[in-house]
Amino acid sequence: MSAETVEIQLKQPKQRLFSKKNRKLITDPLDDDNPVTIQVLGICSALAITVQVEQAVVMSFSVLFVLVGANWIISVLRNIIPNRIRIIVQLVVVAFLVIVVNETLKAFLPDVSEKLSVFVGLIITNCIIMGRLEAFAMGNKPWESVLDGFGNTLGYAWVLILVAFVRELFGSGSIYGYPLFEKMGLYNFGYSNNNMMILPPMALIVVGLIIWAQRARNTKLIEQ
Amino acid sequence: MAIDRNSNVFTFGFAIALVIVVGSTLAILVTFLRPYQEKNAMDKKMISILGAVNVEANRENAQELFDQYITDSYVINARGEIIESDIPAFDIDKKKEYKDKTIAVEDRIFPVFIADREGESYYIMTMAGAGLWGPIWGYAAVGRDLSTFYGVRFEHQGETPGLGSEINSYDKFQKQWEGKKIRNEDGSFHPMLVSKTPADPNDLYAVDGITGGTITSKALEEMVNRTMAVYTLYFQSLSNESVE
Repeated sequence: MSAETVEIQLKQPKQRLFSKKNRKLITDPLDDDNPVTIQVLGICSALAITVQVEQAVVMSFSVLFVLVGANWIISVLRNIIPNRIRIIVQLVVVAFLVIVVNETLKAFLPDVSEKLSVFVGLIITNCIIMGRLEAFAMGNKPWESVLDGFGNTLGYAWVLILVAFVRELFGSGSIYGYPLFEKMGLYNFGYSNNNMMILPPMALIVVGLIIWAQRARNTKLIEQ
Repeated sequence: MAIDRNSNVFTFGFAIALVIVVGSTLAILVTFLRPYQEKNAMDKKMISILGAVNVEANRENAQELFDQYITDSYVINARGEIIESDIPAFDIDKKKEYKDKTIAVEDRIFPVFIADREGESYYIMTMAGAGLWGPIWGYAAVGRDLSTFYGVRFEHQGETPGLGSEINSYDKFQKQWEGKKIRNEDGSFHPMLVSKTPADPNDLYAVDGITGGTITSKALEEMVNRTMAVYTLYFQSLSNESVE
């Protein structure tokens, strides 16, 4: 593997902040280049925390902060990071941000922190973060990297929240903790929750269904 | 560029500088935040202890309600005898003690909190154990008969969200403990069963475990029984005194 990271930026006229190219940085990961359904990254956390919608939302916000922050820092430092230790440097930056978030929440928003503590390890190991740092932030300017972080988190978040929605609805009969099926009186008609849904393998199956639906709609994604 | 960023000297220099910057920033941040975090942890502990006697407190009124309801506290040893302890009952960290392998099981100490609610006295017990991913701990209160659970609170650090983590849910898990017993009719200790299959609601010594959270449920069962066996010794000595 060549040690040199390719610098995409050539001499180009000053771009507007939300030029067409920059907008694509946000919209691409939502569909054509989705980190979960196309690149199949971040699957570990997609399995672990999609039992309830609330946790998926909290996780999405934490990843948003860490990915945008790490993308920005790595992009600012990209010209002075020695190539041979760049992965370690990226890891240190990610771990640093995660600890900052965790400690600050523990001090000022302890209730949120309790919910989040589970995810700290998962954020550090989230392949999407390392993937974006290595593939994008190392070779692009800070503002583009921030947009890229936003886009990829959104792409990750919608899949995560959709999977959590399906699993919570059919596994526990509720949405965001609200006991919908109980209020609708479905249980009186002999309906019962599908306990399979709260077990991790069902997350893979739901992700699989999403990938199927996505490729059926967007045929250019199908590999030949 | 003037400097060769791939030279050994620069690589080492960069690594050292990065570690110093990150390390010192974190050190300063944590030192600055420590007092806030400690206050939060204390409030949380008071809320949990009050929760065991079903007093709903929040972070604002925890101290006030704690002073109002908790009338006394003392420390017992692993044989169930009251001891003079250097550490006040509230400051005993059962989690730390459980993890510390240098403290022998028979040297462990146990806090007892006495709560006074509407003229009734309750004994609040503290426990700690190891869940699937990290520590679990809890508080349980028994009423005047020194056997029937008035309320329990279980907490965890990192059990699987939606599965093992449900042990801290009152409606889904803790509520069913109320009215269960820890002692036989003759006063001896009776272990609790956290059942994988639905438990008979009339069984005074069994509760439902958590679907998909069997390891956490079993860990909780072990924690409860290990701790209750000790507190039962103390309760037996109390009952004997009152009989005499």
